[in-house]
Amino acid sequence: MSTAAATAHAGHAHHDDRSFVQKYLFSTDHKIIGIQFLFLSLFFLLIGAILSLQIRWQLAFPGQPMPGGKLLPESMAAGGVLLPEYYLQLVTMHGTFMVFFAIMLLLVGVYANFLIPLKIGAHDMAFPRINMASFWSAVVAGLVMLSSLFVTDGSPRAGWTMYVPLSARHDYSGASLGQELWSISIIFFGLSSVLGSLNYITTVINNRAPGMTWFRMPLSVWALFITAILGLLAVPVLAGAAIMLLFEQILGTHFFDPSAGGQVLLWQHLFWFFGHPEVYILILPAMGMVSELVANGSRKPIFGYHSMVFAICGIAFLGWIVWGHHMFVSGMNPTLGSSFMVTTLLIAVPSAIKVFNWMGTMWRGNLRFHTPMLWGIGFVAMFTIGGLSGIFMAATPVDMYIHDTYFIVAHIHYVLVGGSLFAIFGGIVFWYPKMFGRMMNETAGKVHFWLTLILYNCVFFPMHIIGMAGHMRRIYDPTIYDFLKPVQHWNVFISISAFLLFGTQIIFFLNFWLSMFWGKKAALNPWEDNGLEWSLPSPAPHGNWDTPPTVYRGPYEFSVPGASEDYIPQNKKLPTDREPALAPAHGD
Amino acid sequence: MSGWLPAQASSFAPQIDGMFWAIMIITGITFVLVEIGIVWFSFAYRGRPGRQAHYTHGNGTAEIIWTAIPAVTMVILGLVSNGLWTQFKGRNSVPADAFPIEVHAKQFEWWVTYTGADGKFGRVTNDSISKTNPTGIDHSDPASNDDIVVRNQLHVPVGKPVVVYLSSEDVIHSFYVPEFRVRQDVVPGMQIKQWFVATVPGTYEIACSQLCGLGHYKMRAQVYVQTQADFDAWMQQQAEKAKGAPTS
Repeated sequence: MSTAAATAHAGHAHHDDRSFVQKYLFSTDHKIIGIQFLFLSLFFLLIGAILSLQIRWQLAFPGQPMPGGKLLPESMAAGGVLLPEYYLQLVTMHGTFMVFFAIMLLLVGVYANFLIPLKIGAHDMAFPRINMASFWSAVVAGLVMLSSLFVTDGSPRAGWTMYVPLSARHDYSGASLGQELWSISIIFFGLSSVLGSLNYITTVINNRAPGMTWFRMPLSVWALFITAILGLLAVPVLAGAAIMLLFEQILGTHFFDPSAGGQVLLWQHLFWFFGHPEVYILILPAMGMVSELVANGSRKPIFGYHSMVFAICGIAFLGWIVWGHHMFVSGMNPTLGSSFMVTTLLIAVPSAIKVFNWMGTMWRGNLRFHTPMLWGIGFVAMFTIGGLSGIFMAATPVDMYIHDTYFIVAHIHYVLVGGSLFAIFGGIVFWYPKMFGRMMNETAGKVHFWLTLILYNCVFFPMHIIGMAGHMRRIYDPTIYDFLKPVQHWNVFISISAFLLFGTQIIFFLNFWLSMFWGKKAALNPWEDNGLEWSLPSPAPHGNWDTPPTVYRGPYEFSVPGASEDYIPQNKKLPTDREPALAPAHGD
Repeated sequence: MSGWLPAQASSFAPQIDGMFWAIMIITGITFVLVEIGIVWFSFAYRGRPGRQAHYTHGNGTAEIIWTAIPAVTMVILGLVSNGLWTQFKGRNSVPADAFPIEVHAKQFEWWVTYTGADGKFGRVTNDSISKTNPTGIDHSDPASNDDIVVRNQLHVPVGKPVVVYLSSEDVIHSFYVPEFRVRQDVVPGMQIKQWFVATVPGTYEIACSQLCGLGHYKMRAQVYVQTQADFDAWMQQQAEKAKGAPTS
């Protein structure tokens, strides 16, 4: 305690002469950048959610005027009834915003920035100015994407996967500038992501505190590190593909045009070569954070730490050789389909290892059901569903039937909402005191968790059922198909649940903003955790530590027999601890 | 629950559904065990004053068991799946006696061509495509004279292998008949074969299942599975209609 107080004192004594703009706007402080990413990505999460509500209205009540629909221009909703061209924009932009600007920024932008230096005992990122550039490129990308909603012929409408030739030819899609803005935005997004990834990798390799060996790193840092490698290698492929698409759109090139010798499937290979590692970019950091939350809440060391690390690496490696499973029915050589099926099925193995290890962590623990722990358990329970439903799609003959149906939509939302977003909510509650110096309200947090868990399942579980009935994705009006008539009532049920689920998020919204001003002041280590970040005052000062902390043990030393408390922080020196023999290189 | 899958109307359907339910059982058992475990652990190991958590970093045997069981299950699943996959989609899977039909997709309709009496499709070229010649038949090819072209309806004989040759004029579409459990993307610049045996006479729907533009949701056609006699009669009737029509 005395060391921490001394650090706090030193932090305040350190005279901060940066102007407001330097401190909060064009900041190079990784914590401020993390918080900037948080506000940005929560904004896009809200936009994506509002778009999804309109999709749900149309699917449940096709042809009926949407409440508030009259506020939309006639080119989107005629007399409040959504038009098919607007519907396609909704599905495209919902996917784009959620994948790129909400979930990916929340995980990689927010948590990599905020947590990596704090958890490894570094002063800041290796390249703080590049970090700032990464944030502002993301802002540009987001604004360009958002602006496409306001151009005259409307936003992109070829689906978030932008399959050519629909996305490349304006006469096919009916949108021109909107489609081009998508490509431009993704190029900026790629820039942002590469700058960020470079930084995270360099920081983890070079800036670890003395004693923070690779296998004493928290699993969240491991996951973010491996994710950054995936991002560095995968996102440039997407940006490259987006450049080709932009050339196709505005210069009339023929990369993807078969009538001039191009290849339609080339886009899908490029997109999914990025797109599948992307799926793991969107889940690995969540898995890392959940490991922190579940270990803390169980008051036990993580079960099978090394297996967890190897599972992260295994998922990341296999993630590179499974992209073809998005293309089983695309016309790709079916023999290639067989090999992609094998790798895809194998990826279930490290995923299973992770689930079992989280359960092993809870086993014989001393469980504390604080809000972050609830989200952590919720993640394990829901990710299991998302992981298991993936096996149906991996099996090629079954995929022939359920491909491009709501079964896939259910699967991705179990992974990205029940998985990633649950972990994000847990992470926000857990590190909120570190960010803002105050606690979020626990009661409101628990109500938010339970309502979200129930309504979320009401929204997404029935999607498996309508998917089994053959309900296609991205159709404006399901009621015109005879074979979908028996399941239309599920569409109504899903939509009403979705509206309620959205309403539930008001609890989170209020809790998030009100706690910033009126929340309980955070104790130094409110969750009694072992992470290095809790040895700093909250919020931590610019530069974090005056002298880097020394790490004496792994991150999950909970409930050690004979210890005075049920946690031992990584930097707490016990009489039996020796100074680390060799401090890792520490570049400043 | 089995009512959630549509009726089975092709020879693939029972096999695919069997695979579906087999996976449902495997994943269902896993799902139930994991969820029960989570609830049970949450209750049994809930924090209480004076309770001490069991300090352990893991167990090698447990790791090996829960790595090996999923791995073996997945390998078996892969082997079984691959057998079916090769049968449905393999490059050499189409039976030699399969009845050929060309299906040409364009925004937002399906054009279906039969060979007519000569058993041969006339040549088609992209340049020949026009309003009156939607599939682009090259009329200089004599084999095209008796070709029968119909819009948004696919007639197939029951119990006989049929192979559809799928081509697209503009964007990617997807040929999807839920009751057949058959789906194949239709890709511009490629001609892709998909075969099936319809088993139950009746009327079904073809739905486009790949986003293809504004009218995607209504890119719909009927499939008529007919007895051989009905099918032959329909074909005869079409042939006569085609004879009477002026050739363009």
